[in-house]
Amino acid sequence: MRSGRCLPFLAVLLGATVLPAHAATIQITIDNLVFAPAEVTAKVGDTIEWINKDVFAHTATARNGDFDVTTPPKKTVTSVLKKAGSVEYYCRYHPNMKAVLTIAP
Amino acid sequence: MFIRLSAAIAALSLLGSAALAQGAKPTDPQIAHIAYTAGVLDINAAKQAITKASNKDVKAFAQDMVRDHEAVNKQALDLVKKLKVTPEDNDTSKTLSKQAADKLAELNKLKGAEYDKAYVANEVAYHKAVNGALETQLIPSASNAELKSLLQTGLKIFQGHQQHAEQVAAKLK
Repeated sequence: MRSGRCLPFLAVLLGATVLPAHAATIQITIDNLVFAPAEVTAKVGDTIEWINKDVFAHTATARNGDFDVTTPPKKTVTSVLKKAGSVEYYCRYHPNMKAVLTIAP
Repeated sequence: MFIRLSAAIAALSLLGSAALAQGAKPTDPQIAHIAYTAGVLDINAAKQAITKASNKDVKAFAQDMVRDHEAVNKQALDLVKKLKVTPEDNDTSKTLSKQAADKLAELNKLKGAEYDKAYVANEVAYHKAVNGALETQLIPSASNAELKSLLQTGLKIFQGHQQHAEQVAAKLK
């Protein structure tokens, strides 16, 4: 009985959470001149939290021009992913820092 | 560029010969002094570029150099304070300073695009020389683990600067 009555509520709950496809927040850390994880998979609409642990300013700059985020020293910056694609990005100030973000539609 | 490169290498290789002459590797206080001096010299060159450069990428690069090298040197100062180490002046630091002063005077005579090219070419050469010294001399000789680790971070930063300078140089052509 109890579980039977719960079912409609469950359905509503599921509908509310699953249907609008809640965007996720994904953290990418910059520590000692390294983006970690180096390869991240996300979706359009997801938010990236760029956590810069270094005392240096960095950027996360897409090679194809899709995004260009500047992360001041010891600061966290967020950006929302707008375009799908497998994007190689790097730091404009230190081009030896490289990583990949794969964004599903 | 080649003159400056060979001069810088000559200066940095003095470290090797001095060490050989003494039959010992450079000490941590000497290493700290050399690394700090190398940073200060690049900041001085960048400050000149901020006032003299005409190309906006070159100016932006110079601003990056001031910001990063000041950040590294601040960490170096904090570390020597923590370790109660007094950086010790030495022949390599002196030679580097002398050559940098000469280079600054030489660059000061140039103008416009000619200056921009010469500054960036020197930045490529200078970072290359410093990175070489870090890799082959300073990092292997450092005995304190925290100093070694800071030098390793410095190497990564300066390798980034070298690549950045190479990119800016390529765009100027």
